[in-house]
Amino acid sequence: MTILYALTGAGIIGCAIFMILSRNLVRMLLGLSLLATGTNLLLFLAGRIGSEQPPIIRDGAKALGVSADPVAQALILTAIVIGFALTVMLGVLVLRAWRSGGTVDAREVDAAEMVGPAQERDDLHG
Amino acid sequence: MTCMGDALLLTLPVLVPFLGAALALLLRKHPAAALMTGLAASGFVLLASVALLTRVMVDPRVPLTVFGGWPQGFGIGFSAALPGSALVVVTALILFAAAIYAIGDIGPRRRRGGYDALMLAMAGAMNGACLTNDLFNLYVWFELALLAALGLLTIDRRPAQIDGAIRYAAFAMLAATFILIGVGMIYGMTGTLDIRTAGAVLADSPASVASAVAAALLLGGLMLKSGLAPFHLWLPASYHTAPTTVAAVFAGLLTKMGFYALLLVMVVIFGVGRGAPGGAQLTPLLGGIAALTMLLCVAGALGQTDMRRILAYHVVAQVGYMMAALALGTRDGVTAAIFYMVHSMIVQANLFFGAGLIRRASASWDLTRAGGIVRREPLFALLFAVPVLSLSGIPPFSGFWAKLFVIRESLDADMAWLGGVALLAGLLTIVSMSTFWSDACWKDARRTSMRAVPKSGLVAMALLSAATVVIGLMPQWLWSIAQLSARLLEGQG
Repeated sequence: MTILYALTGAGIIGCAIFMILSRNLVRMLLGLSLLATGTNLLLFLAGRIGSEQPPIIRDGAKALGVSADPVAQALILTAIVIGFALTVMLGVLVLRAWRSGGTVDAREVDAAEMVGPAQERDDLHG
Repeated sequence: MTCMGDALLLTLPVLVPFLGAALALLLRKHPAAALMTGLAASGFVLLASVALLTRVMVDPRVPLTVFGGWPQGFGIGFSAALPGSALVVVTALILFAAAIYAIGDIGPRRRRGGYDALMLAMAGAMNGACLTNDLFNLYVWFELALLAALGLLTIDRRPAQIDGAIRYAAFAMLAATFILIGVGMIYGMTGTLDIRTAGAVLADSPASVASAVAAALLLGGLMLKSGLAPFHLWLPASYHTAPTTVAAVFAGLLTKMGFYALLLVMVVIFGVGRGAPGGAQLTPLLGGIAALTMLLCVAGALGQTDMRRILAYHVVAQVGYMMAALALGTRDGVTAAIFYMVHSMIVQANLFFGAGLIRRASASWDLTRAGGIVRREPLFALLFAVPVLSLSGIPPFSGFWAKLFVIRESLDADMAWLGGVALLAGLLTIVSMSTFWSDACWKDARRTSMRAVPKSGLVAMALLSAATVVIGLMPQWLWSIAQLSARLLEGQG
């Protein structure tokens, strides 16, 4: 079971890295989002599949019975929220780039590469 | 357990910026009120952080608070352990200087766009990262700082900013994911997220594939964050699109925050200084990364004429020196890295302030178009000379001591080649920075009209230049704090 989980996680992360390397910004965005999913699977695995005793139990008791590690689940929930927020942020940036330049090809989104007089008009009176 | 006063003092550097950010967000339709909120919150954080550092220095019992009343090691805790609390002071100083500089640099349009709220939120996240004891919490603060930084980077919504932000966001998200996987693996191995507990558990266990992979993932992720070679190219490709104040704060804080986390992970968890599993295998690699970063980035700086790009390359090159000190794998090396970090934060922010004022005076970011400032603004030329000379490593400024310590420790640790590379990079830095100053200030002006630089900018630069001079004249004071930090990091406080 653990091996299956680990291989699935590795497979998802492999696909994600392949997509991140794409020149298409939307593919890169989807790849990053997929990478977060694979990471969550690995985090889940870090808490072990099967019964794990939580660190804090009722006074006097020795064990809680069948239970899962709660910390790993808390980590995944937090990571999902953060991953979602960052994906949305990057999505907005890609959308703005597409609106201003009409392209999602990373080679053509190069406004930050230019320096010199063309870029000089910007921020004197923000 | 600590008393209430300590708990409050410990959380103030995080609470105040976030309260200020909320207030500034409500007041953003009134730029003057937002400006005052930013200035007041920054000033208050500076006072609170100085009080916290004083408290730590006076009483060796380190204040610690664990949220939710959990026993230590189970809940998320904040502690004022050095170097975290010293970095909070430097962060607050740069934030305060930036708030003053912003009076003349950030206009009502950007303030209505939420500049003050974003800046305070980023500062709060930085302070949280410096104070937390929890590995996952550290990751969360990193992401918060990233979100605020992306907002600041795109505040004018220009295509160049969007482009720079996409590069920055993609790299930072990739880095954060690697860090998260590494954190998860450490949790899987040790069963705890408390940084010091995890380090103690790992120190007692033999090196395994898991510890090596976790160390490599964390190293890779944090190298991306701090811009170390071969992951240095995103930084000069994005920083220059931000408004000057924002670029200065990024240069002073963001990469150094990545390096602080790297220091924490490498020294406390993987025990680089103790030859513990994980750390021992990585130490030879670190020296190569440091040497590559120093040489590549100084060479990159020499090839540019755009002031912001020159400085952005120097930002990364400076992280290379810190990495060199860490790569020595000795406690004195860690001390030198912490000293270098404090020096470099102040100087880098100050240099960007100076570049912004030169741009203001000469209406161009291009060095070849600048010149003659020493006649028009002698006070500015003098103030700007302080960070320039300090970055070049000229005595009596802080950079001289920082470089001297790195090279001295490399000789002590029998890694003279790394000290030699640092010297060579230092020589090239002198070439680059002296050209910078003389081109901007000494050379004859090509334009007859030159605008005056705003007083607020000069005040901000004076503040940071004064800090540089103080460190330069009394290095033993910062050195002793750095020594104490290194001892605490290695768990022998």
